[in-house]
Amino acid sequence: MSKNVKILRGTSFKFGDDISTDLIAPGRLFHLRSNLPELAKHVLEDADPEFSRKVKPGDFVVGGKNFGLGSSREHAPAIIKLAGVGAVLAKSFARIFFRNSINVGLPVLVCDTDKIEEGDELEILLSRGIIRNNTRNIDLKFNPLPEVMIKILNDGGLVGHIKKNRGFNL
Amino acid sequence: MGKTISEKIISEHAGRSLKSGDISVVDIDLVMSQDGTGPLAVSQIEKMGFDSVKNPEKSIFFIDHAAPSPRRELSNSHSVLRNFSKRTGAILSDVGQGICHQVLVENYVCPGDIVIGGDSHTCTSGALGAFATGMGSTDIAVGYTLAKTWLKVPDTIKVNFNGMLNEGVYAKDIIIYLIGKITSDGATYKAIEFGGEVSDRMDMDGRFTISNMAVEAGAKTGIFNSDGITRTYLEKRDRSGCFKSIYADEDALYEKVIDIDCRIIEPMVSQPHTVDNAIPVIDLEKIMVDQVFIGTCTNGRLSDLRVAADILKGRKVAEGVRLLVVPASKEIYIEAIREGLIEIFIESGAAIQNPGCGPCVGIHQGILADGEVCLSTQNRNFKGRMGNPDAFIYLSSPATAAWSAVKGYISDPREAG
Repeated sequence: MSKNVKILRGTSFKFGDDISTDLIAPGRLFHLRSNLPELAKHVLEDADPEFSRKVKPGDFVVGGKNFGLGSSREHAPAIIKLAGVGAVLAKSFARIFFRNSINVGLPVLVCDTDKIEEGDELEILLSRGIIRNNTRNIDLKFNPLPEVMIKILNDGGLVGHIKKNRGFNL
Repeated sequence: MGKTISEKIISEHAGRSLKSGDISVVDIDLVMSQDGTGPLAVSQIEKMGFDSVKNPEKSIFFIDHAAPSPRRELSNSHSVLRNFSKRTGAILSDVGQGICHQVLVENYVCPGDIVIGGDSHTCTSGALGAFATGMGSTDIAVGYTLAKTWLKVPDTIKVNFNGMLNEGVYAKDIIIYLIGKITSDGATYKAIEFGGEVSDRMDMDGRFTISNMAVEAGAKTGIFNSDGITRTYLEKRDRSGCFKSIYADEDALYEKVIDIDCRIIEPMVSQPHTVDNAIPVIDLEKIMVDQVFIGTCTNGRLSDLRVAADILKGRKVAEGVRLLVVPASKEIYIEAIREGLIEIFIESGAAIQNPGCGPCVGIHQGILADGEVCLSTQNRNFKGRMGNPDAFIYLSSPATAAWSAVKGYISDPREAG
């Protein structure tokens, strides 16, 4: 295997359909938006109160359809990333959440998450588009990202892209 | 092949002919954020190594979500926006001016513009025939500094609201009905163009309500043609110079066309905890309410307040119910005072709060207790939205909200007479 193939390894935390940004980063914690490490301690709290204590660096958030619907708050993907999550997998994503995730450098992958259960051990080969479910011995494919988003991700997010190019170079 | 409104507007701002699916860097006309997303945008601008905005007179910061500030951390975030605006010449819309989306349509947005905003309901401005869409703080930071963004030209769903509206049925009811049909991700990544006789006859306030909620079906934007009604709205605001006729070509290619006969639509509510959990009020069991909220970027406009005041005039809010009324902007507030609407609300037992987002975002001004039920004219009823994940939010039109406040339970406004 080429050493360029970036592999993410971790455990699955399974959530349902329509996980809103209010469940990820609730408005009642609006005052913590200027303190992302503190806000990250509450990530996804209203969907699973234990999540932020259980999650380990590299683990995966696995949702159903329409993950991240709702507000434009970039704080939502930012604190998922800050909590150490390696990638979010879902059947589909809401538009702004998806774009924000790329901008903050959080991989968001569209795949059939019915084939993943809570606690499954996963290996993700990012550049090959493959998710290996080692608990169930199955391989899942994920849709490749649009080229502009790969460019932004490769520059470490949108801030890195603009800094490097002094503007857009998509 | 003809073009949709999105294809036309984005092509013009890219300087070349584009069709749905194309990706391009485009010039933007307006960029804005609010106190929830602006502070992060400012810190991203600094991280990129900038300390200026490209077009100060087209760059706006709104303080509306937690306005006035209920706590120290937020006061400090507000200071960040005030200081940055002062330093760069960007426009600041401070406490009391109103909700970003309402102030934008009143004073800044023109047909044919591209507007990006650090708030998901930026799509509200689509009612003026603009391409307006919500983005996160980093995209907005780039918008402030470069006056550019990148966009994928969306596919478009054409929604025709045909027929006529029944008594007691408003723009809010038909958009809740639509979202119930197509679901919360029925238009994800897509633009919705609204047409049909009902849309064509609808006043701007109704159009704003509908465009505002396009994002609740996942849409990137929700657009109306700009027409005589748009022109009159702008003229009344001394902005006739910015009118431009915006419409799709006859042979534009739509991903699909949805025809809705509005004569079958009755007053609607969205039940907890998703907007697409829609049901006619008359099919709902008896739901007692603890709080009723009339306001927001969805339904805090003058015509909304008139409808609510008409129902509340000479009546009292039911015992045990709290009615909160929040005009969407300073202008609406002043006009509501002139017309005597505010007095009617107060006489009925309502509490009036200053223009802003009010309790919709769950920060302040009406957080629900455990197990409480709120009927609100806002756009979103997600679990935890109003500050408590153990509370229950229903959504409706201002008419249904006002009548329910009188009855004490969610009630059909046609009974109000």
